Amino acid sequence: MRHLPVAGKTVAVLFAAAFLAACSGSAKKEEEAAAAAAAAAAAAAQAEQQAAAAAASAEQQRLMDAAAAYGNVFYFDFDSYNLKPEAIEALDAHIAALQGSDATVRLEGHTDERGTREYNMALGERRANAVRDYMVVNGIPSYRIESVSYGEERPIAYGSGEANWSQNRRVELK
Amino acid sequence: MKRLMLALAPLLFALAALDVHAQLTIEITQGRDNPTAIAVVPFAWQGQGTAPEDVAQVVDADLARSGQFAPVDRADMLGRPSTQKDIFYRDWRAIQSEYLLIGRVLPQGEQMRVEYELYDVTRQQQVHSGAESGPANEARMLGHRVADAVYEKLTGIPGAFATRLLYVSATRVPGGKDYFRLTLADSDGARPIVLLESREPVLAPGWSPDGKQVSYVSFETGRPAIYIQNLATGAREQITNFKGLNGAPAWSPDGNTMAMVLSKDGSPDIYLMNMTTRKLTRVTRHYAIDTEPTWMPDGRSLLFTSDRGGRPQIYRYDLRTGTTERVTFEGGYNARARVAQDGRNVVMVHQKDGRFHIAILDLVTSRLQVLTSTELDESPSIAPNGSMVLYATKHADRGILAAVSVDGGVKFRLPSREGDVREPAWSPYMGR
Repeated sequence: MRHLPVAGKTVAVLFAAAFLAACSGSAKKEEEAAAAAAAAAAAAAQAEQQAAAAAASAEQQRLMDAAAAYGNVFYFDFDSYNLKPEAIEALDAHIAALQGSDATVRLEGHTDERGTREYNMALGERRANAVRDYMVVNGIPSYRIESVSYGEERPIAYGSGEANWSQNRRVELK
Repeated sequence: MKRLMLALAPLLFALAALDVHAQLTIEITQGRDNPTAIAVVPFAWQGQGTAPEDVAQVVDADLARSGQFAPVDRADMLGRPSTQKDIFYRDWRAIQSEYLLIGRVLPQGEQMRVEYELYDVTRQQQVHSGAESGPANEARMLGHRVADAVYEKLTGIPGAFATRLLYVSATRVPGGKDYFRLTLADSDGARPIVLLESREPVLAPGWSPDGKQVSYVSFETGRPAIYIQNLATGAREQITNFKGLNGAPAWSPDGNTMAMVLSKDGSPDIYLMNMTTRKLTRVTRHYAIDTEPTWMPDGRSLLFTSDRGGRPQIYRYDLRTGTTERVTFEGGYNARARVAQDGRNVVMVHQKDGRFHIAILDLVTSRLQVLTSTELDESPSIAPNGSMVLYATKHADRGILAAVSVDGGVKFRLPSREGDVREPAWSPYMGR
């Protein structure tokens, strides 16, 4: 059988089968052979696609596991919304995982209890937006990201003092 | 803006009474050096059976809480007069009571009438008399109105006892979602009613100038939105649903406009909403955080918090000229101002030596005085008579409400036995 330089094996096989059929007129054997060849080629293509999908899925799973290993909470300094180096490292892992999917994310910004509640609401929004902006710059479209600030209303640690406060100054990716 | 009537929201905002454990109590922690001694004699109940409410006790507790009066212990009273002819002044001089308040409580069907007279013991003469009437189930409010009249007669300042409070409380659920409640109570913390209960944050409660409606922010949709609620009917309406922050609602003195914070256009800015048309007008336009708007009593300007200078400070925006000027200069953190009805005293959160206190600024003299000595004080709310400031603080790692007089001389706490209590909002004068 001639091998035609046409992109896509299935198309090539079908083209070949049609060509052969046309040449030999009503040669039934050849038709059957061509059909069998087409089926075999289709099966091979499907297997190849599945293998590729499985490989992509495995890679995506690896990226998601890597992101998950970093956790989904990024911490901040007092009265600051600058991303810390460890937050950027974790975010890069999350961004890599998100680039392989069409998932949407919700970023929840939080503060510690110091300062007024409404000012902290604004600070929490700045933190969530700092994470959002970093993700957008690195290729995640903004329509996939929702950010919301809870200010100081949802502490992880209820007590006062830096040991508690540092746990509360955060953005959670959900 | 789409109006959402949420009269049947899946939340408890019916007039559900709180159990007694959640009620605020009062602990006076600092009074004046020479409080005025006054004997508030139990009022004579002139109906059947026993009196439904000890109205005189309500008056007694109000006067004591002001820190300016030292009510005489009932056990020390040598008589229990309820009319002028029964008064023996020597009995009251003997226990060094400067003033004497007597009264009578009369049932009138579903109504109740309280008649009272105030006497100067030294001069042996009546200095005031009056009567208050109202629904019998509002007997405590009648007591607060008597206290208001006595307070005004003896200090020259109208009382603010017959007012109410809004506050937010949260019950901690470690590792889970806290319970949030918006509660309405009398000015002494009595008769608490839960207006809203939610597993999502509730904050920033405030009053309409007529005291008939309240505003607040609720996260019940998963995002912040501003709501208003009619206290008489319970009818509730979501008035904002913008992307980003929807916060800090503040009704104008004429009730026609609401100032609020929205970040829909990028950074948090102050906006005004016409409460009839719901049309928005943008007030500030700055990349900094602009938040916590509050109205000057004449309605002509707004105070707000901004970090446009690097740190949060109070600014004033003139609605007619469109000009903005900085108001606070002392200290690196001044935020969330509230203005007294005189338009002169401004209370705010002020950071000093790393601690957050309540401070008062005199706009005429520019003198700033720190009123509190605890370290996580916030959300000051000033009484409608300008005498006391309610605020939130922490005590024994719990959020509680506390109060301080505007001169710093009187202090009391309102601990709750349950939950973290915060964001007090003192009502305007009601139904006068």
